[in-house]
Amino acid sequence: MRNLISAVSGGLFGLGLLISGMTDTAKVQGWLDLFGDWDPTLAFVLGGAILPMLLAWRIAPRRKVSVTGVAFPTMPRQVIDGRLLAGSALFGAGWALAGFCPGPALASITWGGLGGLTLLLAMIGGMIVSSLAGKRRLAAA
Amino acid sequence: MSLSSIPADWIFGLAGGLVIGLSAAVLLLGNARILGASGILGSVVEGSEPDTTTERLWFLGALVGAPAIAVVIFGAPQTHVSGNLPLLVIAGLMVGLGTRLANGCTSGHGVCGMSRFSTRSIVSTLVYLAAGFAVMAVARHILGVL
Repeated sequence: MRNLISAVSGGLFGLGLLISGMTDTAKVQGWLDLFGDWDPTLAFVLGGAILPMLLAWRIAPRRKVSVTGVAFPTMPRQVIDGRLLAGSALFGAGWALAGFCPGPALASITWGGLGGLTLLLAMIGGMIVSSLAGKRRLAAA
Repeated sequence: MSLSSIPADWIFGLAGGLVIGLSAAVLLLGNARILGASGILGSVVEGSEPDTTTERLWFLGALVGAPAIAVVIFGAPQTHVSGNLPLLVIAGLMVGLGTRLANGCTSGHGVCGMSRFSTRSIVSTLVYLAAGFAVMAVARHILGVL
């Protein structure tokens, strides 16, 4: 059941990204290009995506557990640290350079060509670097 | 303003956005998991949380598979992936490392976190948007590399 729900969610996520146009790097880069031919589409995508989740976050506490009987995740401690700020800035910079964030990079891999594949592999490489750095920090502590 | 004067891209954006939000709501209410593309991919790559790796692989498989099937039926959509492979390697490394450090990306922080009014997610989203605007301004309008 959990696997089925995950697959339905993943499939809808991919189709939503495709429908919204966010698999087109030019649409994403157009949104970020405030000083050029600015494209507001991404604001509609983000706004549209937030609406069902506003509802879901209201339903969750009333039901206490998910359909599969798992307690809902609690709100993490709201710490704003250098790691959050530096990571977000690094992500935003890479997002602008390539026009890809992780979701669309995965969703469009079957038609993104060599460039899409290169970006995805480098992104996975960046995740491995982060993981190795984290293990070294733990070992040093 | 009549309905027909609204650009089709905005309507597709809103419709696709609603489907994205629905997918996150299905994962939250169904499995009590927060939909974050970087977290789901990153934890599979790291091999962390091994007891839920299978369900995350199902998610990733469908995320790649469903649009692939749609593209076979309806044809591939437009895309403008850069042909500059070194640039894509640098950008990919930044996105991979950055999203893991920040514990989230556009889906995790932007959609799931902001809709929960999480301060961390709102701050993260403001920072990655500001960085994106700034890098785009410099790279496209000053350096002319994009």
